[in-house]
Amino acid sequence: MSDLKKTGAAVGEPVATDSPAPSAFLEVRDLKVHFPTDDGLVKSVDGLSFQLEKGQTLGIVGESGSGKSVTSLGIMGLHTAGQYGKRKAQISGEIWLDGQELLSTDPDEVRRLRGREMAMIFQDPLSALHPYYSIGKQIVEAYRVHHDVDKKTARKRAIEMLDRVGIPQPDKRVDAYPHEFSGGMRQRAMIAMSLVNNPELLIADEPTTALDVTVQAQILDLIRDLQKEFGSAVIIITHDLGVVAELADNILVMYGGRCVERGPAEKVFYEPQHPYTWGLLGSMPRIDKEQTERLIPVKGSPPSLINIPSGCAFNPRCPYADLPKDNVTREVRPELAESDPGHWSACHLSPEQRERIWTEEIAPKL
Amino acid sequence: MLAYLIRRLGAVIVMLLVVILTTFFIFYVLPKWSGQDIAVLFAGKNSGAEQLEGIRQKLGLSDPLLVQFWEFVKGIPLGRDYGSGDDVTHCGAPCLGYSFRTELPVWETVKDALPVTLALAGGAAVLWLIGGVTVGVVSALKRGSFWDRGAMITALGGVSMPIFFTGMIAMGVFVHSLGWISMDDSLTTKDSIGTWVETMILPWIVLAFLQAAMYARLTRATMLEVLGEDYIRTARAKGVTEPVVIRRHALRSTMTPILTVFGLDLGILIGGAILTETTFNLPGLGQEAVKAIQGKDLPMILGVTLCTALAIALANLVVDLMYAVIDPRVRLG
Repeated sequence: MSDLKKTGAAVGEPVATDSPAPSAFLEVRDLKVHFPTDDGLVKSVDGLSFQLEKGQTLGIVGESGSGKSVTSLGIMGLHTAGQYGKRKAQISGEIWLDGQELLSTDPDEVRRLRGREMAMIFQDPLSALHPYYSIGKQIVEAYRVHHDVDKKTARKRAIEMLDRVGIPQPDKRVDAYPHEFSGGMRQRAMIAMSLVNNPELLIADEPTTALDVTVQAQILDLIRDLQKEFGSAVIIITHDLGVVAELADNILVMYGGRCVERGPAEKVFYEPQHPYTWGLLGSMPRIDKEQTERLIPVKGSPPSLINIPSGCAFNPRCPYADLPKDNVTREVRPELAESDPGHWSACHLSPEQRERIWTEEIAPKL
Repeated sequence: MLAYLIRRLGAVIVMLLVVILTTFFIFYVLPKWSGQDIAVLFAGKNSGAEQLEGIRQKLGLSDPLLVQFWEFVKGIPLGRDYGSGDDVTHCGAPCLGYSFRTELPVWETVKDALPVTLALAGGAAVLWLIGGVTVGVVSALKRGSFWDRGAMITALGGVSMPIFFTGMIAMGVFVHSLGWISMDDSLTTKDSIGTWVETMILPWIVLAFLQAAMYARLTRATMLEVLGEDYIRTARAKGVTEPVVIRRHALRSTMTPILTVFGLDLGILIGGAILTETTFNLPGLGQEAVKAIQGKDLPMILGVTLCTALAIALANLVVDLMYAVIDPRVRLG
C-alpha cells in the first residue's frame, strides 16, 4: 500500500482493528452516523458500505435527508471537529483511506489529512468562502497549513491554481474577494483551493446546485478534467441524476441513511433494480426524448430518520410493496444482493418481478 | 478608502449642522412661541424692563431668527462679539455662548467637564470590550458547561442591576467602609494621573461590569452563529487547526456586530453617562447637563447637546472605519 501514499512518514501506521486493511483506496464499512436529539436518535447514516479506487468517480445520489452529506462530512472527520457543547454525533464503522482507518485515528492526525489527502468542495461557494478574506489569502492558507513555505511561494501556487481552473487574469483576481466573483468563478476558486495540495480524494458535495444552469456543465467538465490530470478519487454527491450521468463510474443510491442500490453507472441507469431508483429516473427531465407525459414524482415524503419505517424503509412510498408475500416488505429489512457482478440492490421483489416491472411499466415511460 | 473617509467626514459635518439647527430651534424658538421671554430666563424674573431690553440687545435676541442662527453657527469656528458700540463682549472661538446660570462661557465649562467624561467612557470601554468579548467567546466555546451557565447568569444579573445600585454598593464598600480609595469629586486636568485613576477606578469597573454583561451575551450569541457558518466548516476542511479557526475565521466575523453596538454605546456614554457621573459625583458632561436642564440654562444645554452629537458622530465614524478594515464589502459599497 505504500506506493499509494504520497508521503509515507506523515500518514502514520495503520491502526489495528478487527478486520484487515482493505485493498481499495477508500473503503467505508458499515458506517453509522447517529445524532442524539431531544426528539430521539437521528439515524442519518445507518450502515453504509462502499469502495472507491483512485481515478474513479463515485456518484452518491439521493433526496434531501438521505444521508449523502452526512456521509461525506463523516469521511472528512468534520462531525467531531469543533462541535462546541453540542451533543456529540455517534459514529461507528470503519473508514479506510489509503490503508489507514480514520475513525480510530487521533483527531489531530485526521486534521492533518484534511485538505492534503482528502479535500472537499461545498455546495454554495458564496457561503463556503470567508467573506472577509481575499480568494488568494484563503488558498494560501489552505496551502500553508500543509506546506512549510513562505507567503510568496504560496501565493505563486495560488495564482497557478487559479489559472489552472480557468480564472482569467489570475495574478490580479487572486486579490479579489469572494463577493467580487460570479457564482461560477467562486466555485472555480473553491475547486482551486481544494486541489491546491493535490489531494488523493476529492469530495464534491452538490458542486453545481447553487450555480446557474449555464455554468453547471462548465464546472462538471472542469472537475472531470482535473480528475484526469490529478488522478484523484472523486465522490460526487448530488440529487441530480444528470450530474452523475455525466461524471460517475459508479453510482450509489441512498435512501433513509442506507444504500438501496449501487453499481456501475450504466447498469444503474439502464438496468436499475430498485423501485426508488426507478422513481428517481422517472422524475428526471429528459431533453433527448420528446416529452409526451408528465414527470412522475416519487410520491410521499422522505422517511423520518428517528422512526425509520420497519422492513424496507421505502415501503410506505413503494407502489410494489404488496407484491412480495407475507407482508415481508414491512417486517424484514432487505439486504443488499448482487444481481449482476458489482451491481447490488436491496429489495424484496424477486429478480423476475423487477425485470418485468422495469421492462413493461417503467422503461417505456422514460 | 480615502474617498470613503472623505465621504464619511462630510456626512458628519452635515449631521452636526442638522443637530445645531434642531437644538437651536427647540431651545430658542419654542420659548418664544410659548410666550416665554429668553431675556427673563437670563436675567431673572425680578428684572426691570430696561435691564431686559439691554439683555435683548446684547444677546441679539431681537434680531431675525435666521440672523441669530447664523451668528451662533459662525461663532463656533470664528468666535463672536456680543453687543455693539462701547459695550462689546468678545467670545473666543469656539464660542457656544454664555451660561445663563454662571455667566461663564459655555465652552469653558464644557472644556473642563469633557475630559472627565472621556476618561470615564474610554477607560470603561476598554475594560468592558476586553472583558465582555473574552467571557462571551469562552462561553460560546464551552457552551452548556458550568462556566457558560455561571457566566451567563452573572451577565444577566449585571444587565439587570442599575448602575446607581452597584455603584452605591461599590462606593460604600471600597470608599467608606474599607477606605481603600478616596475619590476626588473636583477632578481637573491639572490633577495627577494617579488621582485620575484612583477616582475613576470604581466608576470604570462598575460601568464596565454593566456593559460587559451585555457584550458577553452578544458575543456568545454571535460567536455561536458564526461557528455554524459554512466558511468555518470550509476552514476545518482545509485542515486548519481549531485555535486558528477560532481566532482567524470566527472571531473576525464575530466582531462586526459587536463593533456596531460599541460605536453607539461609546457615543451615548460620552454624551452623558449621567447616572454614573451622578452616582459617583464626577464633574463630567452628564452632571453639567443635569444642572443646565434644572436651571433652564439654554446655552449650556445647547453646548452639551452639540458636544454629545459630535462625540457620537466621531465614535461612529471610528467604528465605521474599523468596520471597513474588517469587512472588505463595506469599503466597496
